[in-house]
Amino acid sequence: MLGFFMRRLGDVIPTFFGVTILVFLMIHLIPSDPIQMMAGERGVDPERYAELQKEYGFDQPLVVQYFNYLGGVLQGDLGKSFVTKRPVIEEFATLFPATIELSVMGILFAVIIGLPLGVIAAIYRGKWLDHLTMSVSLTGYSMPIFWWALLLIMFFSTTLGWTPVSGRLSVFYYIEPTTGFMLIDTLMSDEKGAFISALSHLILPTIALGTIPMAVIARMTRSSMLEVLGEEYIRVARAKGLSPMRVIMVHALRNALIPVITVIGLQVGVLFAGAILTETIFSWPGIGKWIVEALNRRDYPTIQGGILMIAFVVMGVNLLVDLMYGVINPRIRYKR
Amino acid sequence: MKANFVKVALGAGLLAATALAAPTAASAKTLVYCSEGSPEGFNPSLYTSGTTFDASSRNVFNRLVEFKRGTTTIIPGLATSWDVSADGLEYTFKLREGVKFHTTKDFTPTRDFNADDVIFTFKRQWDKNHPYHGVSGGSYEYFNSMSMPDLIKDIVKVDDYTVKFVLNRPEAPFIANMAMDFASVLSAEYADKMMEAGTPETVDLNPVGTGPFQMVQYQKDAVIRYKAFPEYWKGKAAIDNLIFAITPDSTVRYQKLKAGECHVMPYPNPADLTAMEADADINLMSQEGLNVGYLGYNTQKEPFTDAKVRKALNMAINKDAIIEGVYQGAGSPAKNPIPPTIWSYNNDIVDDKYDPEAAKAMLAEAGYPDGFKTDIWAMPVQRPYNPNARRMAELIQADWAKVGVDAEIVSYEWGEYLERTKKGEQGTFMLGWTGDNGDPDNFLAVLLGCDAVGSSNRAQWCDEEFNNLIQQAKTTSDVLERTRLYEEAQVVFKREAPWATIAHSVVFEPLRKEVVDYKIDPFGGHIFYGVDLED
Repeated sequence: MLGFFMRRLGDVIPTFFGVTILVFLMIHLIPSDPIQMMAGERGVDPERYAELQKEYGFDQPLVVQYFNYLGGVLQGDLGKSFVTKRPVIEEFATLFPATIELSVMGILFAVIIGLPLGVIAAIYRGKWLDHLTMSVSLTGYSMPIFWWALLLIMFFSTTLGWTPVSGRLSVFYYIEPTTGFMLIDTLMSDEKGAFISALSHLILPTIALGTIPMAVIARMTRSSMLEVLGEEYIRVARAKGLSPMRVIMVHALRNALIPVITVIGLQVGVLFAGAILTETIFSWPGIGKWIVEALNRRDYPTIQGGILMIAFVVMGVNLLVDLMYGVINPRIRYKR
Repeated sequence: MKANFVKVALGAGLLAATALAAPTAASAKTLVYCSEGSPEGFNPSLYTSGTTFDASSRNVFNRLVEFKRGTTTIIPGLATSWDVSADGLEYTFKLREGVKFHTTKDFTPTRDFNADDVIFTFKRQWDKNHPYHGVSGGSYEYFNSMSMPDLIKDIVKVDDYTVKFVLNRPEAPFIANMAMDFASVLSAEYADKMMEAGTPETVDLNPVGTGPFQMVQYQKDAVIRYKAFPEYWKGKAAIDNLIFAITPDSTVRYQKLKAGECHVMPYPNPADLTAMEADADINLMSQEGLNVGYLGYNTQKEPFTDAKVRKALNMAINKDAIIEGVYQGAGSPAKNPIPPTIWSYNNDIVDDKYDPEAAKAMLAEAGYPDGFKTDIWAMPVQRPYNPNARRMAELIQADWAKVGVDAEIVSYEWGEYLERTKKGEQGTFMLGWTGDNGDPDNFLAVLLGCDAVGSSNRAQWCDEEFNNLIQQAKTTSDVLERTRLYEEAQVVFKREAPWATIAHSVVFEPLRKEVVDYKIDPFGGHIFYGVDLED
C-alpha cells in the first residue's frame, strides 16, 4: 500500500512540471500586453512602460521568466498579484475554503441524490420510473449552469422568497473568519441564526453546482448496477433466499460502486470548472470567481498560481480515489 | 444511505420553514449597496478603477478640494480656501482645522489633520526617494497619467495649516486634479506608526481617512462593512452602517434589489430597465454620463487628411439608429467632443445632419465620386460610452455603403487594439473617454491636443488653431476666459471633424423606494454621505 502510494506520488511530479509549463505557456500565448490592458484608454508613456516591464520581469526572455517562476513555485512563492499587489498564495488561502465548502456540498448533493436515482432506475429498468429518473438526469446534464442558476434564483428567491439570492451569509451578521468555512465559523460564533443563514445561502449554489455531477453519477450507477445485476453471484444470492434489499444494497451496489467512485473522482475536476460559473452568479467568494476576474485583467501570477493549485487539488483527489478502490473492493491489490 | 437521505430532506424542510430569519437592523440604519466587484485595495492613489474608488476615496477619504455631490463643481474640502499666484505657478491652500482621522484597531490618532498629512500624501506619489514610494507595488498610475510628476516643482509646508504647491508651468486644471481620487489625503501619523511596526502596507489595506465612513471589515469578494464616523467634520452621516455586498452579475444584483437584499445597485443590464421602471418598489434614476463615444478618423492617412471627406462621412452616419440599436435608448446623440455636464459645453453648435445624398455630393467634391475602400476598427470590449462596438461598426458600415464607401470591420484583442491605434495603423476607429476631473482640458487636450499625437490622440490630429486655443485655456485660471476659449475650440473641432461624435451614455441607477437624497455622481462614483433611508 505504501509502495503504491509512493509510486503514484512519483507520477505526480512530471504532471506537476507539465502543468506549470502548460499554464505558463498558455497565458503567454494570449496575444495581449497586461500593461497596456491595465492602462486602458488612458495609455502609459514609454518611460513608465519600460519601468513596469522591468518590475514585472517582462523584459526577460520567456525561458528566463519561466525558470524564475518555477523557482518561486518550488519555494512556495506563487508571486504577487498585479492587481491587488498581495501574495497569490495568501489570496488563495483566503478564498479556497469557500470553494471547498461549496464543492463538498455539491458532491454530497450529487451522490446523495444521484446514487439512489441510479439504483432505482436499474431496479425498475424499462419501467416508467426508469424513464422518469433518466430523463430527469439527462435534463440536469444538459442544463447550462448559468441558466439553471438564474432559474433557481428567480423561482426560489425572488418569487417564493424561500432562499437568499446570493452571497454566503446575510450581510447583517458579522462573523470574523477563523476557519474560512462559513458553516463552522457560524456554528462557533454566538450570533444567533447565523448558522441557519449560512446553510440557507448554500442551498441554491449547491443544487446549481451539483446537478451535472448528480446526473452523471445517476447514469453511471444505473449502467454499472445493470451489469452487476446480471452476474451469476447475484442469481446465487437471490436463490439463497436473501431479501431483495440485501441483494441490492450489499451484493450488487458494493460491486457496482467501483466505476462510480472513479466517476466521482473525475467529477471533482468538473466541479471546479462548474464552480467558476456558480461562484460568479451566486457572488460566492471562492477561487473560481477569483480566477475569472484575474483572466479578465490579465493578472498572470494569479491565473498561474490559481490554476496550479487547482491542478494540485485535482491530482490529490484522484490519488485518494485510487487508494479508495482497495477499501471498497479488497480483491484489488496494489502489486508492484 | 437511506437514513442520510431522510436527514437531508428533513434539514431542507426545516430551512424552508424557518424562512431565513435574518436579523433586521432594528434601530440602526443600514444601507446595503450591491457593488459590482472587489476593490483592488483601499488606497485610491495606487489604483485606477471606479470600484476601488467607491470603496475608498469616495466614502472613506477627503481631498483638499472636492466635487459638490452630483456635480462637477469644485468646492472646499480639507482646504478652506486657496490662492493662485499671478503667474499661475503657485497654489497656496489654507487647511481646515479640527478635522479628525478615524480610529481603527491598528491606529488611534493623537492629533488632528494638518499640513504633514498633505505633504505625506503627495510626496509619497511624487518623490521616488520617499520611504513609502515603493510600498504596495508603488505604482501611482493616475498621478502619472495626469502628468503630475512633471508638473509639480515643489511641495512646501508653510505652516501647520498652510501648504504651497509650486508648479513648473501654469496649469489651470491643476485645481480640478486636486479633487480627483488619487489626491485623497492619508494620515502621516498612521503611516509612520506602521512603518515603525514594519508593516507599512497596512496603510493601503486598512484605510484611515477623514471621510464620513470608516471601514470595519473586508472579506475579499464577499462584503465590505463601514460604519458612520461620528466625528466627521461635516457632521455624522444619516445612515449608521454602510455595507457593500459584492455581486458581480448584473442580473443577480437586480434580483437582490427586488428581494430587498440591497438598496442600491450600479450598472443595471439594459434589458432589465423596462421592468425596473415598472416596479413600484424601485426608483430608476438616470443622468447623462461624463463620457463620449466616438469614431475617429486617422487624419494622417489618405483620404482622411481631407476634412471634406471626414465631414461627408459624418453626414452619412445615422446616429439615431445607433442610439436605438446599440445603446438601447441608454445614450444621447453627441455633437461635441465633451459631454453636456461639463462647463464650457458649446450648445450653439449644430450637429452634422444625417443626409446621405449631401454626403455623396461632398465626397464627389473631394474627388471620391465612387467612394473608396477603408476599414472600421471596432473595440473588443464593452464600455458605457460604447456598449457594443461591433454592432455599431456594422451599422456604420451599412450607412457608408450607401454613399459608396466600402469599409471592412477590423478588431483586435484590447491591449493590441490600443497599441495599434496609438501607432496609427487604422483608417477609422472607435473609442471613447470618461472624464477624470470634469475639466474640459481633460477631454480636449488629452484626446485632441498636438502633444498627445502618437499616444491618446489616436486620430493623430494636430490643428494649430485648435491647439493654440486649448493651450491658452490651460494657462489662465480665469474661468470665464477659459470657457470662451473652449467654446471656440469646439467650433474648430466641428469644422475640421477629426471625429464623428456618436453618443454620451446615459447612466442608470436603480434604488429601492426607501432610499432618499441619493444623487448620481457625474464621475460614475457611488457616494453615500447625504443619503438617508426612510422607514
